[in-house]
Amino acid sequence: MSENPEDAPEHCPGVESQDAGKASACAGCPNQNVCASGEARKPDPDIPKIKEALMNVSHKILVLSGKGGVGKSTVTANLALALSQHNEDDENVEVEPAEVGVLDIDLCGPSIPRILGVMGEASHGSASGYSPVYAADNLCVMSTGFLLGEDEAIILRGAKKNRLIKDLLYQVDWGTLDYLLIDTPPGTSDEHLTITNLLSQVGVSGAIIVTTPQEISLLDVRKQINFCKAVGIPLIGIVENMSMFVCPKCSKSSTIFPRIKGGVEGVANEMNLSYLSNVPLDPVIGKCCDQGKSIFDEHPNSSAVAAYKNLATSVIKFCEENQDFVKSSN
Amino acid sequence: MDKVDNIILVLSGKGGVGKSTLSVQVALGLLRAGHRVGLLDVDLCGPSIPAMLGVEDAEIYESEVGPGQEKGGWKPVYTPLNDDANIENKLAVMSIAFISKNKSQPVIWKGPKKTSFIKDYFINKVQWGELDYLVVDTPPGTSDEHLSLIESFKMSRTKALIITTPQMVAIGDVRRELKFCRKAGLPIAGIVENMSGYVCPHCAECTNVFSSGGGEQLAEKENLPFLGRVPIDPRMAELLDSGRCFEMKPTEDDDDSSWNAINDIVNKLKEIVSG
Repeated sequence: MSENPEDAPEHCPGVESQDAGKASACAGCPNQNVCASGEARKPDPDIPKIKEALMNVSHKILVLSGKGGVGKSTVTANLALALSQHNEDDENVEVEPAEVGVLDIDLCGPSIPRILGVMGEASHGSASGYSPVYAADNLCVMSTGFLLGEDEAIILRGAKKNRLIKDLLYQVDWGTLDYLLIDTPPGTSDEHLTITNLLSQVGVSGAIIVTTPQEISLLDVRKQINFCKAVGIPLIGIVENMSMFVCPKCSKSSTIFPRIKGGVEGVANEMNLSYLSNVPLDPVIGKCCDQGKSIFDEHPNSSAVAAYKNLATSVIKFCEENQDFVKSSN
Repeated sequence: MDKVDNIILVLSGKGGVGKSTLSVQVALGLLRAGHRVGLLDVDLCGPSIPAMLGVEDAEIYESEVGPGQEKGGWKPVYTPLNDDANIENKLAVMSIAFISKNKSQPVIWKGPKKTSFIKDYFINKVQWGELDYLVVDTPPGTSDEHLSLIESFKMSRTKALIITTPQMVAIGDVRRELKFCRKAGLPIAGIVENMSGYVCPHCAECTNVFSSGGGEQLAEKENLPFLGRVPIDPRMAELLDSGRCFEMKPTEDDDDSSWNAINDIVNKLKEIVSG
């Protein structure tokens, strides 16, 4: 799918539309003749480049929410750590740890570099593309965070964001990966349309939905689930984040976000999704994220680590049992 | 928009820090103080405001076409719907949620469509009438929605209210938002630190669940007013989640309840906006 050009008029019907170049809004547009001739509906020339860049990536997994601040980046980073350290199968037989990559397409608010302890690093270009930054021997990261200064903002309209996402996919030397996790910004917007469209054409294992228990989050999560269904992305399942608060002083649990109706389990049942894991609201998680330390190293026996390991096991199982989704081209 | 005296853009950069929650609380605080207040929800993908106010099933009334007009205007939804809340004026609210028939269906619009919707409808079609304050809730980020607002509002009567949580992960994004504001020539009223501490109901220990102090340090470093800290309050979370925020009342407890915190913030904001 080609994005609309920057100089398209306000009510542009879209370059893919049957009315492209012929609608009343097209009058005066510099691209009118191109659209009317059908040129703009040709296959996207970047797809083969993205396919080639990702040809040795076995499983691509999107981490979505709809709602901001539920912990997509935290869950993505910790799932990546869990996958990269998973070294035993169901029968306790030792397995080779996976090669894992994380792509952070939250262009305006890239948190992944800080959380994985690689903030301030730079990505280097070579003949085979930009190198991702390594957080561990078998865990690599790419984010606009590496391209920006600490306070620099990316202030982009839709079309330019789409271009940047494509560049992050095919101009990076991903190498051979078992899993590529893609962290997304909140919402159902240009970034989501671009990434789901691109991945549908090159192959995607599925999406994980992250939410907190609040009804306000679940409103947005239902939309995100329906978005995935509409674009054909398989749903691996739902993660309930910040489920309970455990007091570091008295160790008792309390509910910070009271469940009004059925909560996350209710949505999972209602929309026929697997409930993958339930991560507590533990202050050590936020601290580790802020300091770029791994909770697996700092607090290996915490319930948070157990929850992330559980999640990794579910994701591995889903990928082993299901084929990638690829949209058929006709 | 001509009869709107002051516009407060509630921004963050980071998602989930409480922009919508605080937009509602600030709007209600101003309303309780006797002002004429509007609340515009520009988050097209995740419009939370109507649900928090319990008016998500309300519909927009389109007024008749007047002389010299091509089409009718949109009347905002006025709430509270009954008169129990003991408030002189009503809050004028606008959101895309009022137009969506199926609340579970996503709005999947690219940038140009979002921009034209915001300008054609929210800015030019809504008949706000005379307002002392228009509070505008925004989605996270620095994108099409934010650029549309900057292009549409007079900066001389607009101020940004920046929301953050205490963690560094949030502060980083908020710093970027500050840079955006400065680049756009948008004056900044100040910074609010939300989700600042949680008091365990079992042992009364206050835990800094999302770290501490980041908001105040940021305000100091950036030479901006620090308007206050709002603690995590499950009672407020429950009222907002069930659309009953007009039931929010002061507690008889200690000084750092969320009610007092928000009233302090509203008072400081009024001083800055009128100053």
